[in-house]
Order: sequence, then structure tokens, then C-alpha cells
Amino acid sequence: MKSCIRAFSTVALTSLLLAGCAGKDEPENPGTPPRVRVITTQQYLNTVANVFGSSVSMDMKFPPLRRTDGLLANGAALAGVTAGKIETFQRAASSIAAQVVAPERRNYLIPCTPADEKKSDAECAKQFFSQTGRLLHRRKLTDEELSKYVTAANTAADKLNDFYAGVELTLEAMLISPEVLFIVETSDEKPDKHGGRPLDAYSLASRLSFFLWDAGPDDMVLTAAEKGELDSERGLKKVVDAMLASPRLEDGMRAFFDDMLGFDDFDALSKDPTVYPFFTGATAADAREQTMRTIVDHLIHKQEDYRELYTTRETFMSPALAPLYQIPASRGWTEYTFPEDSPRQGLLTQVSFVALRSHPGRSSPTLRGRALRERILCQVVPPPPPNVDFGKLENPDAHYKTQRERVAVHLEDPACAGCHKITDPMGLALESFDGAGRFRTQENGATIDTTGELDGVQFTDVVGLGKALHDNPALPSCLVDRLYSYGSGGAAKPSDRPLLKYYTAEFEKAGYKLPEVLRTITLSEAFRTVTEAKKVNASEAREPTEEIVIEEQLPTTTTVDTAAPANETQTVAMTSSHDKN
Amino acid sequence: MSKLTRRTVLRGMVGGAAVNVALPLLNCMLNTNGTALADGKPMPIRFGTWGWGLGMNQSIFVPKKYGEDFDLPEEIAALAPIKKHINLITNTQAFRDNYQNLCHYTGWVIARTGSAPKDTKDIPGETIDVTIANQIGGGTRFKSLTATATGDVRNTYSYENSNTPNAPEWSPLQFYTRLFGPDFPDPNAKTFTPDPRIMVRRSVLSGVMDQTKSLMQTVPADDRARLDQYFSGLRHLEQQFQQRLEKPEPIEACVRPGEITVDPAMGQEAEAIAIRHKMMTELLVMALACDQTRVFNMAYTNANSSTIKPGYEKPHHTTTHEEPVDMKLGYQPTASWFTRRAMEGWAHFVDAFTKVKEGNGTLLDNVFIMATTDHGYARVHSLDHIPIFTAGRCGGAVRTGLHIDGKGTTGCRVGYTALKLMGVDKPSWGVNSNNTSQEVGEILVSRLS
Repeated sequence: MKSCIRAFSTVALTSLLLAGCAGKDEPENPGTPPRVRVITTQQYLNTVANVFGSSVSMDMKFPPLRRTDGLLANGAALAGVTAGKIETFQRAASSIAAQVVAPERRNYLIPCTPADEKKSDAECAKQFFSQTGRLLHRRKLTDEELSKYVTAANTAADKLNDFYAGVELTLEAMLISPEVLFIVETSDEKPDKHGGRPLDAYSLASRLSFFLWDAGPDDMVLTAAEKGELDSERGLKKVVDAMLASPRLEDGMRAFFDDMLGFDDFDALSKDPTVYPFFTGATAADAREQTMRTIVDHLIHKQEDYRELYTTRETFMSPALAPLYQIPASRGWTEYTFPEDSPRQGLLTQVSFVALRSHPGRSSPTLRGRALRERILCQVVPPPPPNVDFGKLENPDAHYKTQRERVAVHLEDPACAGCHKITDPMGLALESFDGAGRFRTQENGATIDTTGELDGVQFTDVVGLGKALHDNPALPSCLVDRLYSYGSGGAAKPSDRPLLKYYTAEFEKAGYKLPEVLRTITLSEAFRTVTEAKKVNASEAREPTEEIVIEEQLPTTTTVDTAAPANETQTVAMTSSHDKN
Repeated sequence: MSKLTRRTVLRGMVGGAAVNVALPLLNCMLNTNGTALADGKPMPIRFGTWGWGLGMNQSIFVPKKYGEDFDLPEEIAALAPIKKHINLITNTQAFRDNYQNLCHYTGWVIARTGSAPKDTKDIPGETIDVTIANQIGGGTRFKSLTATATGDVRNTYSYENSNTPNAPEWSPLQFYTRLFGPDFPDPNAKTFTPDPRIMVRRSVLSGVMDQTKSLMQTVPADDRARLDQYFSGLRHLEQQFQQRLEKPEPIEACVRPGEITVDPAMGQEAEAIAIRHKMMTELLVMALACDQTRVFNMAYTNANSSTIKPGYEKPHHTTTHEEPVDMKLGYQPTASWFTRRAMEGWAHFVDAFTKVKEGNGTLLDNVFIMATTDHGYARVHSLDHIPIFTAGRCGGAVRTGLHIDGKGTTGCRVGYTALKLMGVDKPSWGVNSNNTSQEVGEILVSRLS
């Protein structure tokens, strides 16, 4: 248990002020390493929208981050910036700056009018860069920094005989400055005896803001940081409450769940048009949006139990999706509740899950089971061994009508059975939905058997799977794990287990309501504490993964890889994008 | 030859003054068969890679004959029009040493880095295109260009390190805009007026570079390395601005392609990939002809290819594992169908370089391309019998039209050959069993003389 006395023992005034802020049961934790994260496309977009308003648009994508320990967000603290990426940033910056000073916008996006548009105007430039620079840098500019920007704008204006061109090209440079593109966490204080140091107020403001809003801090949060309010329990709570009440929380949680559920895979989703001619790009986009709307409505608007996301019949429907759900279409997005006896209950039964986790031309119990394990329960399914013998699957005399019959073959081979036993029993319950997400009861003329099992809980259909998932203790703990990793910018360490357990217990006490667990995490001492600036390399920063151990001994003679030793066995849990069924 | 890094080349730019960019003298350029530009400068030599997924079917892919007069079995029949421009090296191996065989990963990573990855997040060193771009890519508008035909921005074979992929161009429309949009410095434009806004940009950018240097002092070592990489990117941007202030030399072969105003349909069908591949190839080839870059990468598909054959329920990757071997044919017919589409793509890619006249020959004469895949026989994830292609004559330094038996040696020999051709001075390349100091001598003209 964390003792308040520890805070008093430290010299730092901020630690003293915040000592009582965290829950009384919060375990000792030195915090995370201070991180240097590259801003993501969406964070950049959201920040620009917050600074300049929605009339400034950017039709450009930055290169994606590499998914690390379950989240793309974890890759931000590791990603490098190549010359090509800087080019992309520069083009985006150029487009944004040009829009800001465009004649139709300059009157309301630039807070002053120059005395002469054809000359520099230091005072007006100072006003603009002081305000804008503070929001883009996520802190107040130093006098020296501000002076440099103003000088650059003046020089440019005089050279080009255009005040607005000077502002534009200087703003363009500001938009690609390292202070804008890299989110750098710092602490002003020395470590306490546990090695922890409180993040400085600006760093905490950014950590809070990118976590909850997927954007840089706004004026309210920065002002709180500047006034020292984030250093006090009361002030921090007030700011967190305001952030949780803000509409921007939707942006933040959309970004989080999109990442957690691996919805970046939608960008490459493609269905065989001859098998599923009705599944178009619009269908895929709406399927993604349907799940996001369901999540936002359930968790933020209604503040319902997180676990019930996997059993709820309430969702939203669009004209592009209605045919897939075999219901009449309405105009635009409308609220929709499936009937009580409907098999469509919970996120797993939405098109976003069953179609995304399928092959282009057919369903896949293994892909679905694996996605459930890895994305929703934070477990790691080992990849297939490279030396597996697919001979039985390839037997042309075997006429498997259903996927259940097909995947049963895997269970006959110990090399396959180890992994397929942990993915297929729940994946098979989802066989009620074909590869595009349409409900079905038969496959190739045979009735589909949807019985299954999840961690010892038996069920007969997908509704039962949803209930089993709802009651699975890994469901809320996985969310907590992902939230903490996402918010703090990197995978949790094995030593963070007590902290994660604490968060999960608080989550349970709060009825599994998302805003409450967000409050618990953001007000915890661990969230606002960093260790000494020592880089943890990726291999050390593994999440406390719940590994699923394969008990079977793999065969020793199936290898055809001449470079591989014949007696290789494989029991290591790893992540890979490799699936077969 | 000592290594001339891009940083060395660019250092002259720091003061903002225009300087001539020194390029390393390449072995290729020394060959007497090379032609010269109108102003007497040697033709620029370029390096590129092409990647396809899921290997091949040995019985119908590997020619029976070796040397010049090799046959084209049915899986590579599409290569007939380009046979004289390519070399096919079969029977190479990727040695994983003590690491696992990471399906659809280990093979191509070894081919491109010379080293076996320890897990699927590991890129053990920069890929070969990055090494070569550091050698020869510093003087052009783009240090290198990377594209994919899959439409998926995650599909790339080019990495600076494990955490820094060179993201590919995936949209023909965006690729066109980047290459030939408003910022394109047309070398054949009748007039040239330096844009004063570019001068201002260059000047303001120096402030950003100063900021970066200051910030680098405050962060831990690993993050400092990331900021240093960012700083190098800023320098390259500065160089781009500088180039736009100087009138480019006319290049006869350079013709701005017709504007692309809309992207083709996205999707993983083989036909959709072929269309994107064709569009991206044409843009890439013209970018090379216009000397916008000298290093390039094209991914026809990712290693774990998810290409679709309409009407067939499984994508390419799954097909390689699950399709029955046709006992009469002796191979998996649909899996082979996918490989044949890839070979058509390769043939088109190489052929596109022959359409651009350069000096007395074509662009292909001044290029060296290395094409790799992830496995030999993908059905069983084999790391032996991996085929590798080369294309182009590298300014006359390379013979083409050969089928060569790799004799089970490391495929890194091809990469090592490429490094030597591009003037990268390394006594050997690769780690442990993949280490080699042996070029593929059969294709080197110098070995014949």
C-alpha cells in the first residue's frame, strides 16, 4: 500500500500537495520511463482542429506506427522519423499554414491586423505566435523562442513584402518543429527513494490530454498547468473531471478503442467481390463506425458497464449496413435495438468483428478466436510452427462441409492442436456469421453447430459466448492494461501487475464504468510519475501478458526446412500476423 | 573506396550556401561500356528492389538449364519478354542460425539485411536499400522512393531499423502529387525563376534545426538517436529547398507523366493489384528518368500476401498452405496461379525500364534491381531453394540473361554483389551463416575480362 508519509518525505512540494490524490490502496509504483513520443496523424489533426478550428483541413496521412505489445500507440515512443516522413509532415504543415492565412480565414484565425499588409508587424506577429505557439508546443514559449519566431516572420515578411506570407512560412516551420512533432516528457525534480519523479505540469497536461482527448492540451488545461493547479489534488481532480466531461473525450476514446480492437486492419480489408458482392468499401467504413458509435454511446453517453458491450443488443444502423443485418434500411445513422431473441448481441456479433476477422471469401474461426484472445482478453496466441504438416488439410478426398469439420483436423495433430484449442472453441460459436458478417444457420447444406467453450465455460451459441466473455475476469483487466499502456505511452511491465490489479479492483467497485477507470488511472500517482530518464528497450517493456501455455510436445520430424534442427520444439508465446483458418 | 555518407555530402549545405553535391564514384561508372550524358557526366546508376510474396513451385519455376540459354518453365513463362534483361539465381538459402524460422519473415529479412531476425518485430539492421541510399541517394530530390501495389501503407520491405519503416507510397494519386505535383522541378522547363518563398523556407528551417539540436541535449540516448535521425531528415528537406533554387540540368528522357486525378479501386484482387502496380511502376520509372531519386523499392505484394483470386475463397497465403497438390500436375494450381500473376508483375516492372531511352540505350542499362521473396516453397515455409532475380546492366557492369545455380549458398551473395556495384565498401556482408564476401561472379562483367 502506498503511504502518504512517503510523499512527505520527499522534498518536492508538488509531491507533497499530490500525496493524497491517489487512491489509498494504490500500490507503490515508480511510474513509467519519461517518453518521447512521435505525434500520430489523428493527434496532429485533432490538435490542429483544436487550435485553428474545423475549417482548416488536412487530407494527408502520416506513416503508421508499428503495433507494439498490442497497441499502435506503444510504437509512438519507439518510432523514428525518416526523411520521407518529414516530407509528409512538411507538406501537411504547408497546407495548414496556407489555409490559416488565407484571406477568408485570416480575420478570425489571426488575432490582429497588421498596420500594413505589405510590411512586417512585430506586435501582431508576436500576438499570433504567442497564442498559437503555446497551443502547438503544449507550453508557453520562452521569450527567446517567441522572439525567434517573430524575427523569422518579420524577416520573411520584409523579404516577400507580405505580412501574411511571413506568418505563413514561419507557422509552417513551427508545425514541423521537434517541439510540436515529438511529445517529450520531462520532470524538474530529483527522484525519490523509489526512483520516481513527478512529471512537470506541462508534461502531465500533455499526457492527460493525449490520453483522454487524443489531442494536445487546450487553453483550459494549459492554464491549469501554468497556475500550478495540476500540482494539487483538488486542482488535478477538477481538470480531470472537466476533461472527462468534455465532448473531446469521444475523440480520445474512439482513438483508443480503434487501436485496441486493431481497426487499422480495416484500411486493408478487402472481400472477394464474387463471393460477397454486397460488401463494399462503404460497408467496411460503416461497420467500423457502427462499433465506434456503439462504444461511445454505451460507455460515454450512457456510462454503462463495460462488460455489457459484449452482450448489448443496442447499436446504430446505416443504409450500407442494413442489408447485411437483413433489416430495412433507414436514412442516415439511426439507433437500433436487435430483438431479444436475436443472435446479434454484443460487439463480437457486429460486422466489424466477424467480417474483419475472416478471410476474403469465407469465415475463419481461428482468426476470430485469436482476435478475441489477443485484442479483447490481452492474451497471446503463439503463431503456427513453421514446420507444420498441412497434409491432412490438403487431402483432396476429405469433403469438409463446415468449418467445424475443417478445424477438427487441426486437433488431430499435436503441432496444430496446441494453438487451435485456445482459439477455435470460441471462434466456432461465431460461425453463425459468414465471412461478410451475415447471419446463417447452414454451411454447404449442413447445419452449423455453434457450441463452444471459453476458459471452461460451455455455451451453445454466440449469445452464450457473449455471456461467457462478459463474466470472464480477463475482460476488464485487459481493458485496464490497455488503457494504462495507451495513456502512459508504453507497455506495462511485469512489475506493474499490482498497479494494474489495483486499477481493475477500482474499476470493479465503480461498476465497470469507463469514465471511472479513466479517473482512477489519471489521478493515480503512478500515472503522473516517471522514473529516471533511462530508456527501456522494447524487449524489456513487455506487457504482463497472460500467456497461454501449450502443453503438447510438438512433433520432431515434420520439418522440411533443411536449415532447421530436426528436434525443434516451440513453446514461446509470440505475436505474429500469421493465421490459416 | 572509402564510404562517403550522405551526411558527408550534405555537410556543405549547412551554411545555406549552394554547393555542388559530390557523388561517390561508383564501380558501375568505371565501366567502359557505360554511356554518358550530353554534358559528359556519366549516366547516373540506380539501385532498386522488388518484392513478391510466397516463393514459388520448384518443379515449374526453376529452369532445367543453366547459363544463357535457360528455359522458362510454365510458372515463369511470363518472363519471356524480359529474359535477356534479367538473371535468375535459384537454389539460394537463408540461414536462420539459432533463431526460429519466422514464417514469411525470416527469409526476406535475411535477403534484405543479411541477418536473421530474432522475432517478428526485429529488423536486425537497416535494409540494403537504406545502406545504398546513404551511399548514392544524397544528391537527389528524394533519398529513396518506396511504393507498394497492395494499397496497404503497412506493406514495405524497407526499414531504417526495427521501429522505423520507410512507409510506402500506396496511393497512385498521392504518389503522382508527391513526384510530379506543383513542387516538381521540371528539368526541361523553358524558364526557371527561383521562388523567393523557397528561400524563406530554407532560412526558417534553420531555426527548426537549431531547436532540434537543443532538444537533443535533453533526452536519453535512444531518443537522441531518434532526434538525430529527424535532424538528418531536416537536412534532406533543406537540400530539397536548395535544389529548387537551382535550375536543374535538362534531361531528355524526363517527361512529366499524365496527371493522375483519382485513385484506382482499392482491393486485394490480383487485377486491382496489377493495375496499381502498373501505375506505381510508371511513376517510379519516370521519377528515375527525371533523376528525382536513385534508390527505389517496389512491393508487388507483402510476404504474407493476401492477394485474392475472385471466386476462390482463400487468399494467396492461405492457398499456399491449404490447397491440395494436384496429383496429376504435381503442384498446387491456384497457388501457382498467384505466383504467375507475380511473375507477370515482375515482367512488367522490368519492361517499363526499357521504355525509357537513356543515352544510347535505355534506363534499364543504368539500373541494378534485386527481386526477393520470403520462402522457397511457401507451403512448408522452406528457407532453402529461394529464388532471387536481378535486372538491369548497371551501366555495363552486369551481364544479364543468365540462370545461375546458387548451390545452396546464402542468398546474401546477391545483396553483397549489389553493395559492391553501388560502391559500398564492405569486405563482407551478413551475419553468421549469412555472412559472405563472395559476389555472384557470373553476372559481373569485370570477372570476364
